[in-house]
Amino acid sequence: MSEYHAPLKDMRFLVHEVVGLHRINALPAYAEASPDLVDQILEEAARFSNGVLSPLNWVGDRQGSRLGEHGVMTPPGFADAYRQFAESGWNGLTAESEFDGQGLPRLVATPVNEMWHASNMAFTLCPLLTQGAIEALRLCGSDVLQQRFLPKMISGEWTGTMNLTEPQAGSDLAALRTRAVPEGDHFRLHGQKIFITYGDHDYTDNIIHLVLARTPGAPEGVKGISLFVVPKVLVNTDGSLGALNDVRCVSIEHKLGIHGSPTCVMAYGDREGAIAYLVGEENRGLEYMFIMMNAARFAVGLEGVGIAERAYQQALGYARDRVQGTPVGGKPGSRQPILHHPDVRRMLTSMRSRIEGARALAYYTAALMDLAEHEGDEARRRAHQARVDLLIPVVKAWSTEMAVEVASLGVQVHGGMGYVEETGAAQHLRDARITTIYEGTTGIQANDLIGRKFMRDRGAAMRDLGESIDAEMTALGDHAHAEVRVIAGCVRRALGELQRAGQWVLAEGSQQLPQAYAGAWPFLKLTGNVVCGYMLARSAAVAASHLLEGDDDQAFCDAKVKTARFFADHVLNECAGLASTVIEGGASAVALDEEQF
Amino acid sequence: MKVIVAVKRVVDYNVKVRVRSDGTGVETANVKMSMNPFDEIAVEEAVRLKEAGIASEIVAVSLGVTACQETLRTALAVGADRAVLVETDVELQPLAVARLLKSVVEREQAQLVLVGKQAIDDDANQTGQMLAALLGWAQATNACKLEIADGSARVTREVDGGLETLNAKLPLVMSTDLRLNTPRYATLPNIMKAKKKQLEMLSPAVLGVDPTPRLRTLDVSEPAGRKAGVMVKSVAELVEKLRNEAKVI
Repeated sequence: MSEYHAPLKDMRFLVHEVVGLHRINALPAYAEASPDLVDQILEEAARFSNGVLSPLNWVGDRQGSRLGEHGVMTPPGFADAYRQFAESGWNGLTAESEFDGQGLPRLVATPVNEMWHASNMAFTLCPLLTQGAIEALRLCGSDVLQQRFLPKMISGEWTGTMNLTEPQAGSDLAALRTRAVPEGDHFRLHGQKIFITYGDHDYTDNIIHLVLARTPGAPEGVKGISLFVVPKVLVNTDGSLGALNDVRCVSIEHKLGIHGSPTCVMAYGDREGAIAYLVGEENRGLEYMFIMMNAARFAVGLEGVGIAERAYQQALGYARDRVQGTPVGGKPGSRQPILHHPDVRRMLTSMRSRIEGARALAYYTAALMDLAEHEGDEARRRAHQARVDLLIPVVKAWSTEMAVEVASLGVQVHGGMGYVEETGAAQHLRDARITTIYEGTTGIQANDLIGRKFMRDRGAAMRDLGESIDAEMTALGDHAHAEVRVIAGCVRRALGELQRAGQWVLAEGSQQLPQAYAGAWPFLKLTGNVVCGYMLARSAAVAASHLLEGDDDQAFCDAKVKTARFFADHVLNECAGLASTVIEGGASAVALDEEQF
Repeated sequence: MKVIVAVKRVVDYNVKVRVRSDGTGVETANVKMSMNPFDEIAVEEAVRLKEAGIASEIVAVSLGVTACQETLRTALAVGADRAVLVETDVELQPLAVARLLKSVVEREQAQLVLVGKQAIDDDANQTGQMLAALLGWAQATNACKLEIADGSARVTREVDGGLETLNAKLPLVMSTDLRLNTPRYATLPNIMKAKKKQLEMLSPAVLGVDPTPRLRTLDVSEPAGRKAGVMVKSVAELVEKLRNEAKVI
């Protein structure tokens, strides 16, 4: 296995030159996020991820979390790393200053979080879930709840969890059964929750669970779900810790990957009922969850980028090292590292180009989220938000499906040794595999895109995005660098295919919904190909301009152009086929009768 | 007690160093640069002295190009109170560095100077010693332990045969070895605060020092590659080769 080295140069190039930190830094809310400060933050996060988190990745996989008599024990070193992580203040990167946070933009948090995910995905799930719980409390919790729980969650002294799933209620939360009965100023909660990430651990002395449950007489289905705070240890009004609440982890799952992260079955109210506090109003729990959904799905998409980068670094290291065979056209008998074989190069470039595309898309979306929250003009804020909403399922599903493929290619590059655990290549594939499932499966994302984000507004947000892409690519048609002109042309053709598929969905698909939804994933993949191609064309254009100006980092800039060209030739070329699949393939996907399966 | 820590911007220890094609030095353009690891240890030691109530103020000093500001910001983020950059594009050799540092030390009226025992780029291991001589101060090199009490320092140093402990009266120049401490990671709030700390820019002219190199680099080249080995047929042949070719026995 190899240690993770954050691709700082790529990250800086994107943040400063492709996405444009200056636009975010110009917002009054982010006046502090100057380029040199951001560079220093990235630098230090890279050190921490490399020095503290990365070396524990393998340990976490080998040893895993275990359930003992006194709760869950995380792998050796994890609790200490968490303490360092919290003491270093990383938990409060984006939190507001009133809670001692640093109030930095998402465009800065995104590369930092990518480093955490890449260096140790199983570890990072804990702060990630805590972040989600913080958001929920911040947006929907009363002042009393916020004062009692938020400061210590933001400082990292306590962690947070999200309890949605029950055995019969997975993607469909309407089937939820956990119940909460009012008792004075609080509720008593009873029920079982499964798949609770870091539902118990040995990092901190308290864990703040956010739990979805039904109150007596609540309406059936998703309109009768409320959100509650259930602390593991009760918190007295003076902030000190009181008695243990009636909640415990009864078992942890044995999983394909992310072994370091305990996935808990949580039992609430085995005895008198767990003391729970209502967040916001009754029956609005799902709505509150949806507020955070964008952030959570974005975070998992970014996880995909991180784990794919890790798999790429590992594969590249092996390909440079492993001497095997004579490359085609090479001197007979001259044995070379496998990096010299054209097919290995193709695999590595394929990995790299798709990672760079997905990374650029994630950073671009992060900047849009910053703008959507803080730009002065209301209409522009709304336009940014519409684009964010459109892109979130793409970031989530495209990047995670990409991560699984890239991690699988990582194993392939290793040959037989990739299938052997000791190289560490297989861990990335096993870890990556969950990302297309949790926080909404790829199917859920594809349905979200084609239904809620595309058909519902009759393609308005997509059209707006298409116009931006078309305008920018048309302008690049005059770029002084020939390769950029070629790449921009490929993006425009791919965009044409997306528009062709989109027109069919709006005109015909809306009349035959099963067929349209059967084409939802190819439609999302097509969208992802186009927007990632757009991002790579943009970065190639910036890099090519540097090349022409004779900047001294020729190798880096040249690689950006070549990587974008590969994406155009190998990924954008799929777009015509994907469009045809959307238009013609939906029917055959739902053609077989139930009995014929 | 005021402490000065000298920090140098060097090619990051993870980078595979390459010789410039014209043989004038090593490639530093577009190469990741970081604080010299031995200087990180010096900064950490200063911060620990401050936390222990022994140091009252820590001034981080660097010498060189404008980009050394980044290295100083790192020192500030770890805990230095303010920073001084003596800015120059001239190639700085140990004697020039020592003379410039002497001038800064006198301006600052510091009692203790901490430097890395050597920088990982040229491995000179000279600056600390030269500085102590120029200042007329005590010196303790290659320190792996430092205790300060009653105006004197007890320094344990790593020597070939084991450990040697010295008592030195302050003021003192001490150079740090690898095992003195483990440097901490800068915390996010401290990175943010570092931005607001004072970073003073000086020039060699202001300090009255001419930093022009006294030594001339004739050539820099890659180490010769390893030659292919040969199989020997017998022990006698091996002994013969060791004696007559390798001349080691």
